[in-house]
Amino acid sequence: MSSNGKPKFAMYWAASCGGCEIAVLNIHEKILDVDANFEVAFWPVAMDAKYKDVKAMEDKSILLTLFNGGIRNTENEEMAKLLRRKSQILIAFGSCANEGCIPGLANLSSLAEIYSAAYNSVSTINPENIIPQSSFTVPEGELHIPKLLPVLKPLNHVIPVDYYMPGCPPESHQIEMVIDLVIKVLNNEAEQPPIGTVIGAGESTVCDECLRERNTKSIKQFVRIQDVENIDPVLCLLEQGIPCNGPATRSGCGALCPQASAQCIGCYGPAEGVIDYGARLMTAMASVIDSNDSSEIERIIDGLPDPAGQFYRFNLANSLLRASKAAWNGNGSAKEE
Amino acid sequence: MSQDFEPTIIGFTCNWCSYRAADLAGTARLKYPPNIRLVRLMCSGRLDPTFVLKALAGGADGVLITGCHPGECHYLEQNYKALRRYLLLKRTLAQMGIEPERVKLVWASAAEGAKLADEITKMVAEVRAIGPLNWPRGDGVENIEQEDLTQSEFVPEEALA
Repeated sequence: MSSNGKPKFAMYWAASCGGCEIAVLNIHEKILDVDANFEVAFWPVAMDAKYKDVKAMEDKSILLTLFNGGIRNTENEEMAKLLRRKSQILIAFGSCANEGCIPGLANLSSLAEIYSAAYNSVSTINPENIIPQSSFTVPEGELHIPKLLPVLKPLNHVIPVDYYMPGCPPESHQIEMVIDLVIKVLNNEAEQPPIGTVIGAGESTVCDECLRERNTKSIKQFVRIQDVENIDPVLCLLEQGIPCNGPATRSGCGALCPQASAQCIGCYGPAEGVIDYGARLMTAMASVIDSNDSSEIERIIDGLPDPAGQFYRFNLANSLLRASKAAWNGNGSAKEE
Repeated sequence: MSQDFEPTIIGFTCNWCSYRAADLAGTARLKYPPNIRLVRLMCSGRLDPTFVLKALAGGADGVLITGCHPGECHYLEQNYKALRRYLLLKRTLAQMGIEPERVKLVWASAAEGAKLADEITKMVAEVRAIGPLNWPRGDGVENIEQEDLTQSEFVPEEALA
């Protein structure tokens, strides 16, 4: 790969949807600053590259790598380790790399259940019940595809991560801010933030940024937002019984969803100081339930038909439990490798 | 399960009732199995579900949450908050595949040493019967080759030249 003297930039996707890549392109003309200051060394979604080219690079020769996606299979893990070796600064970019995100919800199921849902349910016509094998012999030789890991892991469970940038996907204005910061640091105009910092996000909660009116919260029922005919445009959504995840979620998005009368689903991950995102939400939601009677409380929380999905939609793979018992045991062992 | 399995139970007690109930059980020389490790909180309302999850993820086989009887909270009604958190937590744990016997909520006043000892004995027997939880330990970073990140230089010297 030719070098024009500019520092090298890489972006890679593991178990993710591609939304992070679109978010990077969504910074409009700021992308020209990226091009002016960096040489793109490796970015599979934007330009052709082979893994062997990355392997051939000198260690630490990439200045900045944005790594999005969780670690679902052996290929993801290998690429994470490779890019860690080749990069000086590696940012866990977006919710998947930070905390597993939606793909992390597969940690509620065992590998057998995942295969069965993907290859042996109404989603796939597969009369011969063919399931991918990790190796297969053909006349020309043996073929290999990456193996699924029993549980999906966030990036920092397999390699050390320098910075964390949350969001599903990170908001464009936050990406622009981070790019500006990197360029300033390169030109010695700003200090490098301490390793391990969450960048491109706030330190408070979504509630703190939300403009909705807040009063005493006490609710008699949880309702699904699609069942609410008239959502009050100014009142706090949680006070209307809509399970909004704002109280536990990190600020930085500008409370976009609540402003549009949709509840916060928690894509910016846990707020500063929160150890277990779901536990914080359970605490918050338990506090607003207006009942002291256990059977009435049970009836009210029937309004949250999928508590694990509600409390850990983005964060399951990085929660204290990380995966369900079925997922841990699905591979015949509770231990990794 | 092996006959030798002895469960580890973490017990969260309230300063004003169940902790004193445990104390009373002690003074009254009531016997209960030594499998429980009591942690005193000022109130069951202090019980963050994080504590329970951390206990289970960190090697406990069960968690017993105790507090004042409804209507008798030293801080008026924080034990009701504990109840609501517990009910939400229970449903979440069920989805995670954790047996309901492993996390229990029990009310015990300062006078109910015998009741608390009895509940502990019952819970230890139940958890012993279902076997160890053995939740995969650690925060997930155990396999990482720790590189010295303090040596990581943001700006390569060539870039400055």
